[in-house]
Amino acid sequence: MATTTPDYRQGSFRLSMLIYDSRYRAITIQIVFLMLLMAGFAWLVDNTIQNLRALGKDFSYRFLWQSAGYDINQTLIAYNSTMSHARAMVVGLLNTILVAVMACALATVLGVLAGVLRLSNNWIVARLMTIYVELFRNIPTVLWILIFFSVMAISMPEPRAFRGEAATASMLVFDSVAITNRGVYIPEPVFDRSLGDLDLRYFKVSVDLLAIIAALIASSWASGRIVARANRIQEETGIRPATWWLRLAVWVLPVAALLSALGFHLVKPVLPETGIPNFQGGIHMRNSLIALWLALSVYTGAFIAEVVRAGILAVNRGQTEAAVSLGLRPTLTMRLVILPQALRVIIPPMISQYLNITKNSSLAIAVGYMDLRATLGGITINQTGRELEAMLLMMLIYLALSLTISSLMNVYNARVKLKER
Amino acid sequence: MTHKILLGALAAAAILGAGAAQAQTLNDVKNRGNLRCGTNTGLAGFAFPDANNVWQGFDVAYCRAIAAAVLGDPMKVDFVPLTSQTRFTALAAGEVDVLVRNTTWTFVRDVDLKFTFAAVNYYDGQGFMVRKDLGVSSAKELDGAKVCIETGTTTELNLADFFRSNGMSYDPVPIETNAAAQQQYLAGACDVYTTDVSGLAATRASFADPQNHVILPEVVSKEPLGPLVRHGDDQWADIVRWVSNALVAAEELGITSANIGELKANGHPNPEVNRLLGREGDLGAMLGLDANWAVRAISAAGNYGEIFATNIGEGTPIGLARGLNALWTQGGLQYTPPFR
Ligand SMILES: N[C@@H](CCC(=O)N[C@@H](CS)C(=O)NCC(=O)O)C(=O)O
Repeated sequence: MATTTPDYRQGSFRLSMLIYDSRYRAITIQIVFLMLLMAGFAWLVDNTIQNLRALGKDFSYRFLWQSAGYDINQTLIAYNSTMSHARAMVVGLLNTILVAVMACALATVLGVLAGVLRLSNNWIVARLMTIYVELFRNIPTVLWILIFFSVMAISMPEPRAFRGEAATASMLVFDSVAITNRGVYIPEPVFDRSLGDLDLRYFKVSVDLLAIIAALIASSWASGRIVARANRIQEETGIRPATWWLRLAVWVLPVAALLSALGFHLVKPVLPETGIPNFQGGIHMRNSLIALWLALSVYTGAFIAEVVRAGILAVNRGQTEAAVSLGLRPTLTMRLVILPQALRVIIPPMISQYLNITKNSSLAIAVGYMDLRATLGGITINQTGRELEAMLLMMLIYLALSLTISSLMNVYNARVKLKER
Repeated sequence: MTHKILLGALAAAAILGAGAAQAQTLNDVKNRGNLRCGTNTGLAGFAFPDANNVWQGFDVAYCRAIAAAVLGDPMKVDFVPLTSQTRFTALAAGEVDVLVRNTTWTFVRDVDLKFTFAAVNYYDGQGFMVRKDLGVSSAKELDGAKVCIETGTTTELNLADFFRSNGMSYDPVPIETNAAAQQQYLAGACDVYTTDVSGLAATRASFADPQNHVILPEVVSKEPLGPLVRHGDDQWADIVRWVSNALVAAEELGITSANIGELKANGHPNPEVNRLLGREGDLGAMLGLDANWAVRAISAAGNYGEIFATNIGEGTPIGLARGLNALWTQGGLQYTPPFR
């Protein structure tokens, strides 16, 4: 076949072709750039090593196994000051995860509510939601954290105000919840006939909790079967049997039976009549946790509201009209027609919001919440002087945490996204 | 992604190290024309900016004495307020030439964090402060208390040891600065505030109702506080050490800011006075300074006793007794090696 394109392969290769020949130029540029990048990197590493040597410091993670020497107020696993810095780090990491999970959950609820209501036909409701969104997302997170913290610390009564004949403050909900300037005390679940703990060498897991989780998984499976059966009957006969009472029973009964078998009851926090006025027993949600949780939630909730609103607006109006003409009520239209389609648009930006919550939780230090940044990245660094080692480790942990969250969310995204057939 | 983060960290480390690599702190200070002195963010009596924004206090007087000896002017000091968490990084990174910030001389800080403690300017110990109406008269009754502490301090570690060895529980409330701790304590967010006794006295003196707060009798640790510098520049460490010693020696020898001019001009029968004031020998040159270094250091804010009395002594609202910090000749621990 005759061709007009000159055949370059015949000519010999000249060095100048690396720059002038468009086939090679891109590669040349990339290689040069990569070499510069690596040289820069090598220089940084070398400089760091030299400077560390000049300071007389080595690079070592041995400090992680030395005893930490400091106490941590909120610990999800057993910890005391004689345990290692590594253990303190894990305690901090768990606290980070705890507040991140709590904030993600609340932010999602707030965000979805605000996003949906912002599109409401009710003028006042829509405006209120606009105010919420604009107010919260335009003020830095750390200020919200401090505001919530100060409000709690200054305007709530001291524990001593709950004491004695002339008590000026009283507990709520049948004397089981105390809101003080040191945080909120709530009842604690206790099992009289506990199954004990499972010792996993590094930490213990409550067998009671595992049993409850197992029961819930079983309920979820059974409930799925009931729905599947209803679907089948509906397809065969055209009539859908009522399932709600069956499903309710399947969810509630096993757990209730298990709880009563375990001797479950709630222990209220109490204020001792004498001695230092501080509530004992119950679960203590410290001000630092509450401030961080609420601030991260309302702040990120404002962003999520916008994401949700955008997602809903992205669904064609025709869908709403079609649903309405089928006779669906507005709430059902939203739940059954709009939201499922909007989710496809909503989930990806939602991932970044969850990542933001996790990373922003490192602002915890502002209110003394003992997260990873406060333990490993704060006290441990300060007591051992291992800035570089601890900072690198901490970055690695946040990175791993973020990658885990985004891969989990991506799995979910793959499930809800439009399936093209 | 990983790469970028690592790069950032290493860049940070490279910058961090850059200041420490240079050995000649004295030259740096002279070329710059001012002394960078790391102090606390604000503690009455020790280091705080006054109404005219001029730094005042016991630790500040040390910065001024060093600047006077090295640069000839006690006002040529750049004060860098540091929290207990940031102080060591700032010193190691060369952001400050010397740290005078109620800092305890410990083995780890000296040996592992690579700092040189030049002197002890205040022998202290950790104590506890509570509101009077808490009805507690001993630290042994603090079981179950909420305790405000500054994080990144020896306080934090002593506290853990004290409660542990007494079989008591407590709930630590970690706080970054003394100001924030004070606010939390006054708001009743904690039952107890614990730090060095001198710090407690200074904090209490700034309360509206100091009479309603007591410092409990127990002193649970040894906290020798003093100025420190980076390892690796012995000349600079010597300067800081001997300026501090000169202040104590001046008190021992009866040299005060009032009589120093006359002693310098007319001399004194005691040759050590003459050596200190540069009339005899050449101690100044040995330090890399001129003959009048000690005269200027002592004139800056007076001798050790004067600095103590004007800033934190019994005549001030802080009202600390000399106690352990009296001269050794008066039953205290302040003592200086001889000037010869
Ligand atoms: N001496 C202890 C504690 C030092 C410390 O942080 N002291 C407090 C209270 S005495 C302070 O100076 N605070 C002033 C500030 O927060 O700037 C140490 O070196 O770790």
